[in-house]
Amino acid sequence: MTAIDDLTEGPDSEHLLEVGAESPAMPEVVFDVEELSVYYGDFQAVQDASLQVHEHEITAFIGPSGCGKTTLLRCFNRMNDLIETARVTGSLRYHGVDLYDSKVDAVEVRRRIGMVFQKPNPFPKSIRANVEYGPKVAGLAKKGPAMDDIVENSLRKAALWDEVKDRLDDNALGLSGGQQQRLCIARAIATDPDVLLMDEPCSALDPIATTRIEELMHGLKDDYSIVIVTHNMQQAARVSDRTAFFSVNVNPESDTRTGILVEYDSTQQMFSNPSDERTENYVTGRFG
Amino acid sequence: MTFSTIGTVARRGANGFERKRTDVAGGLFKAVILSALVVSLLVLAVLLIDTVADAWSQLSTRTWDFLNGSLRSRSIDDKLGVKQGLYGSFWIGVFVALTAFPIGVGAAIYLEEYANKSRLAAVIELVIRNLAGVPSVVYGLLGLFLFVERSTIFGFVGLGWLADATGGRSVLSAGLTLAVLVLPIVIITAQEAVRSVPSGLKEGAYGLGATKSEMVRTQILPYAAPGILTGTLLAMSRAIGEAAPLILVGAITGGLTRNPELWDTSGLREKFTALPIIIVEWVSERGRDPGFSEAAAAAIVVLLVLVLLLNMTAILLRNRFEKKRG
Amino acid sequence: METPDSVPGSLSLAALAGSPRRVRKERLISRVMFCAALVSVVVSALIIYALFSEAWIFMRDVDWSSTWGELGWFPRRGIYDMPTLLVASLWTTLIAMIVAAPLGMGAAIYLSEYARPTDRAILKPILEILAGIPSVVLGFFALLWLAPNVVAHIGGEGGRGSMLTAGIGVGILTVPLVASISEDAMAAVPKSLREASAGLGARNAVTTVRVVLPAAVSGLVASLIVAVSRALGETMVVFMAGGAADAAIRTYSPYDGSLTMPSAMASLASGTDQVVGEGLTFQSLFFVGLVLFLLTLGLNLVGDRFVNRVREQY
Repeated sequence: MTAIDDLTEGPDSEHLLEVGAESPAMPEVVFDVEELSVYYGDFQAVQDASLQVHEHEITAFIGPSGCGKTTLLRCFNRMNDLIETARVTGSLRYHGVDLYDSKVDAVEVRRRIGMVFQKPNPFPKSIRANVEYGPKVAGLAKKGPAMDDIVENSLRKAALWDEVKDRLDDNALGLSGGQQQRLCIARAIATDPDVLLMDEPCSALDPIATTRIEELMHGLKDDYSIVIVTHNMQQAARVSDRTAFFSVNVNPESDTRTGILVEYDSTQQMFSNPSDERTENYVTGRFG
Repeated sequence: MTFSTIGTVARRGANGFERKRTDVAGGLFKAVILSALVVSLLVLAVLLIDTVADAWSQLSTRTWDFLNGSLRSRSIDDKLGVKQGLYGSFWIGVFVALTAFPIGVGAAIYLEEYANKSRLAAVIELVIRNLAGVPSVVYGLLGLFLFVERSTIFGFVGLGWLADATGGRSVLSAGLTLAVLVLPIVIITAQEAVRSVPSGLKEGAYGLGATKSEMVRTQILPYAAPGILTGTLLAMSRAIGEAAPLILVGAITGGLTRNPELWDTSGLREKFTALPIIIVEWVSERGRDPGFSEAAAAAIVVLLVLVLLLNMTAILLRNRFEKKRG
Repeated sequence: METPDSVPGSLSLAALAGSPRRVRKERLISRVMFCAALVSVVVSALIIYALFSEAWIFMRDVDWSSTWGELGWFPRRGIYDMPTLLVASLWTTLIAMIVAAPLGMGAAIYLSEYARPTDRAILKPILEILAGIPSVVLGFFALLWLAPNVVAHIGGEGGRGSMLTAGIGVGILTVPLVASISEDAMAAVPKSLREASAGLGARNAVTTVRVVLPAAVSGLVASLIVAVSRALGETMVVFMAGGAADAAIRTYSPYDGSLTMPSAMASLASGTDQVVGEGLTFQSLFFVGLVLFLLTLGLNLVGDRFVNRVREQY
C-alpha cells in the first residue's frame, strides 16, 4: 500500500511491476494493464494506460466525460468487441492471462467478469428470469432447487431479496430505478464472477437509491473485486480503495480528443495529496 | 422557445386583430389539399360499395355454395364458386410463410447483428432494396424460368429437377415464386424491428456471457416479434393479392376439374388457380355471359376480406406495440 | 469454476478459451444466417441471368425490322413492334401520374401539415388499406366503374377498356405510394424551420408552400420517380382495363386500347397452357421483361438517390 503511495505517475509501468514484485503483502493483481491504447477506427480513445486492479478492492475510474474511462472499463470484459471498429494495443492481463490473446473467447471472459451498466437494463421478463439468465446461458444450473438457491443468494447479496421475494414472477420493469439497478447487480452476481465492472451505476438514480448501491458495494467487496466508473468524485471518495484519474488530451491539429490516465493511487492519497496538478484541479473542483 | 412564442403571438395577430382581411389564399390552399385526401377516400369508398353491390346477387343468396363451388362455364350454375381459388391462395400463403419468413428473418438478423457493416453486407442491402422495386411480372419470368421451363444455367447446371420437384405449373411453384417476390418486404420490415431493440438489452445479455445466438434468441427475437409478424402478415397479404406472376408461372383459368379440400395436400403439385386469377378469368368471360361480372365482384369480396383481414391485423398489431413502447 | 482465492495470478489460457463445441455452434449459426442473407443475391443473379440468357436468343435471332416500324405488337405472328408497347407504357404512366401526383401529394401535405393527431390516427390506416388493395381489384373497378362513369364523360368509351381507363386505375393504385414517401419527406423537415417561418408571421399555407415543400423537394421528386417505376411495372390493371388482349395495333391515342410492356407479357403467357406462336415468341417475353427490368431498376436507383438526399440533409 505504502509502496503504491509513493508512485507519482500512473503510466510508469516498469515501476509498477517492480513494486508488485517487491511487496509480497500486496493483494493479488486481478487486472494488469500495460500501455493499453484503444482505437475506434482512426480515432484513439485511450492512450497508453497502465495500472493494476487488485483483488477485493474497489477501484474507481474518475475524470471528465470523453476521457476514455468507460472505454477502458469495457476492455476488461471485452465489451468493446461489439463495436466493429474497436482495436486494442498494449497488454491487458487478467490473472496473468492476456485477455486479447487470439485464443481467448470473449463470451467466456464475460461469464467470469460481470458488468453493471449506466442505465438499469433489466430484461422485460420476470425478476426471477432476469437472475436466472446468466446461469442458464453459462449452463451453471437448470430450473430446480439449485437454480432457486442461486436466485435467492444473488438477490440477497444485492440486498433486494426482502423487497422482491414475494413477487419473483412479476415483471422486472415494474421495479423502481434503484431496485432495477440492484436487480442488475444480482443478475451479474448470479453467474459467480470474480470481478464486477460498474459503468456509472448510479448516474440514473436518485440520491437515496445511490446511497443504497454504495452501501451494497462495501459489502460486495469481500466476495468480488470491483471496478467502478463514475463522474461523481464524492462517490469515488466514499466507496473506492484506489482511484485512477483520467483526463483528455486535445490534439489541436486534428481536433481529436484522446483519453489519458493522469494518476493512479490510493483514494486517500488522490483526494488529499495528489501529485499531479491536473488531478488536484479536478478533485478540488477547479476543472471538469 | 422564442420562435414558438413569437409564432403564437403572430398567429393570434392574424386571427384576432386582422380578421377582416380573411386569408383567402390560405383557405383555398387548404381546401385543395383537403379535397385531394377526400377524393382518395371517396374512390376507396366507391370501389368498396360498387363491388359489394355487384357481388350482392351471388353472396346474398348462396354464400356457402359460392365458397365451395368451382370454375364453371355458365354464371348461373349452382356449383359456381371460388373453392379452387381459395385452395391456391391458401397454400400460396402457407408457402410464403414457410419460406419467406425464416429466410427473411435470418437475413435481417445477419445484416443487423452479424454483418459488422462489411462491404459485402452493404452490397446485400443494396440488392435487397433493388429487388423490392422489381415489377412483379418479372418475378413471374423468374418462376417460369426456374420451375416450369426445365432451363439450364450456362449450359450445364440443369434446373429440370426443380420442375420435377414442384410439378412445374403448380401451387408449389407459385408459392415459391411469390415467396421470392415478398422476401425483400419481409427482410426490410424485420430489419427495422431488429434495429428497434434497445442496445441496453443486447449489452445486458452480452455482459452476462451470452453468445451472439443466445442474445438473438433471448432478446432480439422476443422484442422484435411483433414487428417481424407485422411485416410477414403484410407480405402474405401482398402475395395473396398478386396475379401477374401467377399468370406467367401458368395458373389455369379454364378446364380445372379438380376441386380439392383445403387440407388436401395431394393437389399441391397439380395444375392450379388462385383467387386473383379467377377474378381475371370471370371479368374476361363477362362479354360472353354478363352474369360473370357479378361472380367476379363476389370473388373480389372474398379476396378483399382475406387481404384486408391480414392487413388490418398487421396495422393494429403495429399500432398497439408502437403505443406500448411509447 | 475457479474462486478468486484459488487462482493466484495463474489462470490458464485454456480456461478462457471457451468450449470448442460452443464456438463451432456459433460459427454454424452465423453461416446459416449468412446463407439466408445470400438468398437475395442469388435471386437477383438468377433474375438477371434468366432475363439476359433468353433475351439474348431473341436479340440474336430476331429480324430487327420486325421490332421497329411495324403496325403493332403481334408476338404470335413474329411481329414485335416495340414502339407500340413503349407508347402505351408512356401513356398509362403519364395518366397515372396526372392522377396520383396531386392526390398523393395533397393527401401527404394534409396529413403532415394540417391534420390533428386524432385525424391522422384514422386517416393513415385508411390510406394503408388503399395501399393493400390488390391490383386485380383496381383492374375490375377501372373497367366496370371508371370506364362508364368517368372515362365516358371525358371523351372515352364506357363499354370497354382503354389506356386512359387503365392509366386512371394505375394512378389510384399509386396514390398511397406517393403519399407515404412524400409524407416521410415532409416529416423529415425540422420543426425549427416551420417555427422560424411561423415566427416571422407566416400563415400555415405560406409556411407549407414556401418552407416545407422546398425543403422536402428531394423526397417529393423521389416519390414521383418511384411511382413512375411502379406504374411502368403494373400489370394487372392494364391487362384487365387496357382494352387490348393478346395483340395490339400501334396507336397514339389514349382513348384506344393497347398493351404496355407488362400487360403484353401477361397476355402472352395467359389464355393457353403454353406460350406458343412463332419461334421467338417465348424469348420475346424475356426480352420485354429485360427492357422493363432495366427501366425500373434505373428509376429506382435514381429515386433512392433522392430519398437518401433527404436523409443526409437533416
